[in-house]
Amino acid sequence: MTTMLDPLVTADTWAREGRAIAIATVMETWGSAPRPAGSHLVIDGEGNFEGSVSGGCVEGAVITEALEVITSGAPKMLEFGVADETAWRVGLSCGGRIRVYVEKLN
Amino acid sequence: MRLDHLAELNAARNARKAAILITDTASGETQVLVEGQPVPAHLAEAVEKAFRSGKSGLIDIEGRLLFLNVHLPPPRIVAIGAVHITQGLARLAPVIGYDLTIIDPRTAFATPERFEGVDLIADWPEDVLKARGLDPYTALAAVTHDPKIDDFALAEALRRGCFYVGALGSRKTHARRVERLLEAGVTQEQIAKIRAPIGLDIGASSPEEIALAILAQIVEAFRRRSLSGGAE
Repeated sequence: MTTMLDPLVTADTWAREGRAIAIATVMETWGSAPRPAGSHLVIDGEGNFEGSVSGGCVEGAVITEALEVITSGAPKMLEFGVADETAWRVGLSCGGRIRVYVEKLN
Repeated sequence: MRLDHLAELNAARNARKAAILITDTASGETQVLVEGQPVPAHLAEAVEKAFRSGKSGLIDIEGRLLFLNVHLPPPRIVAIGAVHITQGLARLAPVIGYDLTIIDPRTAFATPERFEGVDLIADWPEDVLKARGLDPYTALAAVTHDPKIDDFALAEALRRGCFYVGALGSRKTHARRVERLLEAGVTQEQIAKIRAPIGLDIGASSPEEIALAILAQIVEAFRRRSLSGGAE
């Protein structure tokens, strides 16, 4: 077997350990987005995570939202764009835009 | 997403079956479709397209925004030749998530000491490849230089539609190989799909660098493969 880290396998393992889990998924990309649609970031209730939805640009923000989703149980669609358009928010320095869906694993 | 759906999806992936996870973005409801299972009529076209392209994406079906996440089996590599280059390949392939099988009938080369933890088979490709079917998700790299060992595997890989077929050897060596394959009944069109000299041209010199060049070429072949049949 391969040694590549697999966020969906991690999600299953963590859930079976009794951890609360949120799964973030890149659902749409425009321009030069770093990770393609279908990419996952898996987050537990303590903020531990594995995988990626960007090149590290927006993971922090997604994790914060994921913790809320774990509490509320309601899925959320997030959108991130270019960093310099919205300088006070996180963004993608590569110039792309992405939509990330965050849901709780039940 | 439901945990039982996640488990079902992971089981299909582990069994090298293509699968799609469908998420209704409004409700968060999920559904798993494994290749070969019946598909609801309203999803049939989108699902077929997704399996063929391997591309995940959002679609609007009857006013509902659905996300189809496509999971195709990870490509695997069958390498003919338990040589220095494949020792390098054995270290690199796991990093990008490709399974690797190495076949070489020469028991002096194919030793567990030289290939610790690797799926290594000390037998003739003729005998091994009948049992372990090559498929369109498989890359074949023949690196022994020895026609007795390489040729059958190359012809078989072309017949089975492997997405990548590469052969080590100079242009001169390859010209002789082409003649032999033609005599063996392989068509010119099929032979043209063989990557020879093997590997992307990065000026690779050491066996490990050649392994990297081969692996990079395999990744390129998979990511840029034609979507019509999957094998070309």
